[in-house]
Amino acid sequence: MLLGGAALATGGYVAGQAGAEAAGGGGDTASYPFRGTHQAGIVTEAQDRLHFAAFDVITDDRDRLVDLLRRWTDAAERMTQGQSAGPLGAVNGGQNLPPDDTGEALDLPPSGLTVTFGFGPGLFDHPDDGDRFGIADRRPAALEPLPHFPADVLDPARSGGDLCIQACAHDPQVAVHAIRNLARMGFGTVSVRWSQLGFGRTSTTTTSQSTPRNLFGFKDGTMNIRAEETQALDDHVWVGADDDPAAAWLTGGSYLVARRVAMTIEVWDRQPLGDQERFVGRFKGSGGPLSGGAEDVDPDFEMQGSDGPIMPVDAHVSMVHPSRFEGARMLRRGYNFVDGTTELGGLDAGLFFIAFVRDPRTGFIPVQTAMARSDLLMEYLRFTSSALFAVPPGVAPGEHVGQALFA
Amino acid sequence: MTRSLRPGARRTLAVVAAAAPLALLVAGCTENVDPDDAAEGTRALSVTASDDGCEVSATDAPAGTLTFDVTNSGDEVTEFYLLDGDGLRIVGEVENIAPNTSAKLTVNAVEGDYQTACKPGMVGDGIRADFAVTTSDEEVEVSEDDQAVVDDALANYAAYVEDQAGQLLVKTEEFAALVQARDDDAARALYPEARVHWERIETVAESFGTLDPDMDLREADLEPDQEWTGWHRLEKELWPEDAVGYTPMTDAERTEYTEHLVGKTEELVALVAETEYTIDDLSNGSRGLLEEVATGKITGEEEAWSHTDLWDFQANVDGARVAYEGVRPLVESSDPDLATTLDDEFASLQALLDALREGDGFVSYDTVGDEQRGELSDAVNALSEPLSLLTAAVVS
Repeated sequence: MLLGGAALATGGYVAGQAGAEAAGGGGDTASYPFRGTHQAGIVTEAQDRLHFAAFDVITDDRDRLVDLLRRWTDAAERMTQGQSAGPLGAVNGGQNLPPDDTGEALDLPPSGLTVTFGFGPGLFDHPDDGDRFGIADRRPAALEPLPHFPADVLDPARSGGDLCIQACAHDPQVAVHAIRNLARMGFGTVSVRWSQLGFGRTSTTTTSQSTPRNLFGFKDGTMNIRAEETQALDDHVWVGADDDPAAAWLTGGSYLVARRVAMTIEVWDRQPLGDQERFVGRFKGSGGPLSGGAEDVDPDFEMQGSDGPIMPVDAHVSMVHPSRFEGARMLRRGYNFVDGTTELGGLDAGLFFIAFVRDPRTGFIPVQTAMARSDLLMEYLRFTSSALFAVPPGVAPGEHVGQALFA
Repeated sequence: MTRSLRPGARRTLAVVAAAAPLALLVAGCTENVDPDDAAEGTRALSVTASDDGCEVSATDAPAGTLTFDVTNSGDEVTEFYLLDGDGLRIVGEVENIAPNTSAKLTVNAVEGDYQTACKPGMVGDGIRADFAVTTSDEEVEVSEDDQAVVDDALANYAAYVEDQAGQLLVKTEEFAALVQARDDDAARALYPEARVHWERIETVAESFGTLDPDMDLREADLEPDQEWTGWHRLEKELWPEDAVGYTPMTDAERTEYTEHLVGKTEELVALVAETEYTIDDLSNGSRGLLEEVATGKITGEEEAWSHTDLWDFQANVDGARVAYEGVRPLVESSDPDLATTLDDEFASLQALLDALREGDGFVSYDTVGDEQRGELSDAVNALSEPLSLLTAAVVS
């Protein structure tokens, strides 16, 4: 039975777009336009798989960088529509040339692929080489490397970056294909600094999606901003026209915070259920707050138990709740990850946290600081990678990503 | 210790009031629930607790392990109790049941008269009803000596913690004098020996607010602008070899940091003298100390400059074993297999540690290779898994 089911699913994939549609593969045939007011991959209904890559720009030639952004734009647009990375494709080029698409996504449907680009601090002011591209005066004031937080044990080799690409899809092969081909096109201009695979979205970005679980086994992202909340998106996610005079090019864009959060899974698994629920502030089964009600009911932080509030003040939900941060909310879009095992035989696993915020100085840093200081969950978390990127707005027809920045 | 405040410890000591009443400790474990045993009636009961009602699904149940599944249908936070027939002694309780939530109470009950009580709003005598536990085939053995065992265990553990804190103070004062006199070789030799007394009672020490971050914070866990004090600040001063661009302390700074540490240790001594423990403080503390090993010592992060992690490792295991041995008689009667397993795993881990001894102490942890660290980690996991069952075995 199980084998039969698996074979059917595989059959759906190899049969190509039409076949997958016939198999009712859900999101596999979904495709999202690459161009628009905002980049796709932010409010887009969170896909199941992630390949995220951060790049160092290794040239100081502005034209070369802009040319890459133009070629990346074309390739990303094609791939999100289920086409090849290059115009010829994996098998239609000359026999004496390497194909301009690597081919592993041949016959696969678009799988809801989105490709989202971001610019890191080093693009504007490189630690060694300074203002390589003459854009330092356009650097957004909020685009400063994140501060050190308690429990940060960052690996510099997988933190930071001058550019980032977030590729999300329902099929991991489609997401990997996108990053692989974009990285290939960038040789000589950019160099992959680090990358991260993710599975199992840990957030819900539309009201129609159910809330998934993280590797602690708890529903995650219950209070997330949803695509339908247009006012909240304007307030908390999209950079406004008057936010930063130096960075008008970022209007309609956002900031992407990426944090690789390793979980001490083995120790967590030994915590009694009641303690796990107190650490999180939610029931493990229903996802509802300890103060009662269903998952979508607001926690009651005032409700008193026999020895303090029913919602412990240092439970995760209490600690990061918007009410503690002048209403600051983020759009979370994280993924579970398992990168094999540690040298001690434990799971090298956790949550690759991604959040989009209008201003990290108010929307992220205060929340992370409070969490790192006293959140009960911190005992079981180690932050091993951290990066911040400015995500330019969507790409209009005929333009390339970041065109306004380099105009 | 690692992070700012430790939830495990706060949990352990803060919930004294919520801990299962010790008088109720009975032998027999929480297994063997057989709700479908028609001949004896059901041991799985449901309770609907409203603001003015407390409906229990039955008025009696056969002796054995009873489970009350309590649903709060009211608007107020409630509690549920099983009391003895006089309504004075608490046999079991579950607190903090918010409206629209459920909670479970599992108790071992012998034949006799009881009362059930819901307490909406958590005040007053509650809404009570009589409840009978009838005779059954299930053996529920109540040891008259359990309370004596518990009393002994708690008294012994309190004495142990006080003794360790006292020894810590003596050695910390000695250490401070050496550091101030710039007798660094002697200070380096004493550093791990003094810290042993801290690490043995680490989960207790961590329960006292900011004492732990003041005394034992690691550099990596500092917040921006937070002042770094305590043992690890002095560790870096004494082992500056790997510290890039380190500025050594002045004499005045050495005096300031060591006096601060001594002062905090005096606070610790005063605090432990007035701390009382419950039986789950011991069992949770035992588990918590092994977690310290798993998260900080195995990785070599605790003693980043001195590499004396194995002293801390041994001390955490010492403390865990002392706490376990205190509750061991209870485990022996409630779950003898668990006691045997824990004895064996403590012994296996100790054998690995003994192999790393050198002189009066241990080899430097930076000489312990990945393979040996892996073996230690495996042994810690093997012990920690059964240890995570300890609290349930002693309080249910």
